[in-house]
Amino acid sequence: MEEGRFGVYGGRYIPETLMSAILELTAAYERWRSEPEFTGELAELLANYAGRPSRLYFARKMTEDLGGAKIYLKREDLNHTGSHKINNVLGQVLLAKKMGKTRVIAETGAGQHGVAAATAAALMDMECEIFMGLEDTERQALNVYRMELLGAKVHRVTTGSMTLKDAVSATMREWASRVADTHYVLGSVMGPHPFPTMVRDFQAVIGREIKEQMQAAEGRLPDVVAACVGGGSNAIGSFYDFIAESGVALVGCEAAGLGVTDPRNAATMANGSVGIFHGMKSYFCQDEYGQIAPVYSISAGLDYPGVGPEHAALLDSGRATYVPVTDAEAVEAFDYLSRREGIIPAVESAHAVAWALRAAPGMARDKIIVVTLSGRGDKDVAAIARYKGVDLHE
Amino acid sequence: MNRITEAFGRRKALIPFVTGGDPDMDVTEKLIYTLADAGADLIEIGVPFSDPIAEGPVILAASDRSLRAGCTADKLFDLVRRVRRRTDIPLLFMTYLNPVFVYGSRRFMENCADAGIDGLIVPDMPWEERAELLDDCAACGVTLVSMLAPTSAERVRRIAAEAAGFLYCVSSLGVTGERREIDHTVAGIVARAREVTDVPCAVGFGISTPAQAGEMAALADGVIVGSAIVRLIAEHGADCLEPVGEFTRGLRAAID
Repeated sequence: MEEGRFGVYGGRYIPETLMSAILELTAAYERWRSEPEFTGELAELLANYAGRPSRLYFARKMTEDLGGAKIYLKREDLNHTGSHKINNVLGQVLLAKKMGKTRVIAETGAGQHGVAAATAAALMDMECEIFMGLEDTERQALNVYRMELLGAKVHRVTTGSMTLKDAVSATMREWASRVADTHYVLGSVMGPHPFPTMVRDFQAVIGREIKEQMQAAEGRLPDVVAACVGGGSNAIGSFYDFIAESGVALVGCEAAGLGVTDPRNAATMANGSVGIFHGMKSYFCQDEYGQIAPVYSISAGLDYPGVGPEHAALLDSGRATYVPVTDAEAVEAFDYLSRREGIIPAVESAHAVAWALRAAPGMARDKIIVVTLSGRGDKDVAAIARYKGVDLHE
Repeated sequence: MNRITEAFGRRKALIPFVTGGDPDMDVTEKLIYTLADAGADLIEIGVPFSDPIAEGPVILAASDRSLRAGCTADKLFDLVRRVRRRTDIPLLFMTYLNPVFVYGSRRFMENCADAGIDGLIVPDMPWEERAELLDDCAACGVTLVSMLAPTSAERVRRIAAEAAGFLYCVSSLGVTGERREIDHTVAGIVARAREVTDVPCAVGFGISTPAQAGEMAALADGVIVGSAIVRLIAEHGADCLEPVGEFTRGLRAAID
């Protein structure tokens, strides 16, 4: 396959100004990805700083209540900074350091990636600036302050829909204006090559651990691995080691907002078409003239009109299936997991939990579902309260 | 010889940019005549895009205004067809890749050729991805303009060697927008390009005063002025023709 392509998807569709940085990054990643100096340091950071391996927890009460397939939760929410995002940022910031960069910039939606990037920057003595849509800074005010506590400068993006898509655009513009000393820590398996491949490699630790832990717990592979999909990094991280295991179904849960037939949704796989945007060829929510659609989800982290190119290829090949989950279903799952298992999931992850609630009862008791809990829900408590009409502000 | 090459052959080329459909189609049409009369040699028409990642705030806002006013690629093709009854000035579309890709690149190029668009500038399609449009451009006789940036380094020769029409040399890092001072590193880029090609070099990004236009024209074969004109359109709306005309005449005088 052509470098940086997943079937016809992927590529690097970016301004000429950024090409040298992208080529430099590609070469650096190729050089360092298998260097013991790099892999050793990263393994050490993942173990002792991020707290890996994350637990694979058998959700006994949930399983009993639903009366069908056994449900295991991959607890990325227990990582340092509270989500899977730390896996990627430790890899990228360490790589940036090896490249001699002194400054990192990043986009963020819910703030989980921004917090993780700010954390890694603090740890590795890098200057750090985060771009976040104004609307998201309001939805996730606590995370803004958290990033600032960690020493990052947070820019409020006021263009377009003022959400994740606009934050990505703003970060690309910033990178083009200051490219020599700066690395763009892209937060998902999207954007121009090498990001979709590199971020997937850094996140693939999730699926590798699931495989080992499942072997230890059950002596076999799971029947289904499910994860939420915005850009798709925790999902591809969970799926990657299972792609070659044809007996394992892969289910990506995307944000349907108010419903796939309502204009206010972010269900790229259900409603999107092939396009070229933010550096990649993939599926996007857009109109007949290729104007990117404003999308909506209760979850700031899934509120993105595109999806990573490897997911686009997995959709086309049928190797993975993608299901839409509405705000209402996600909030119900958020409540359910909180009360049933005492685990408050990120509202993003709650989309995957919602799918399990739907699917597990209809499956035999000897089937096994693994749901990746990409992050913890502390950040969402105020927003969920507001959704339910409780006037709670941080 | 095509119209683009002819235009560069006459004198240092002045290439103003306007966003198509900002503030509306009617004003854009009149602006094209105004710019041609005021001394433009080629005109770039921006196809508005929802998320133009290479644009600074001025052109970004123009793109939003145009889309809100209902501009589409089809309406722009109609506009160009009308314009072509009155002027032969070379016209280029500056468009992001997605509006072309989703429209269907062959269909887009056929419409370009039929309407009278001479060339295409696609700021988010680097040389490595040119296959996306190159064949359809060639089949329809639409010139695909390549871009060079201050960071292009050893890529300059490779890109320049295959250039057609003209080379769009980005003056400085960052996005489009007016700049107080413009780095002269672009002179080095132009020099390296000229080692491998006779295709003319035009400098763009940041040129906002007649003095800067004169300075950059001395280093290259042409200058592209966008944000400074688009800002006048934003300020004056439907009454922008006179100030834009006057500003353009000032640019012309400084270049000659």
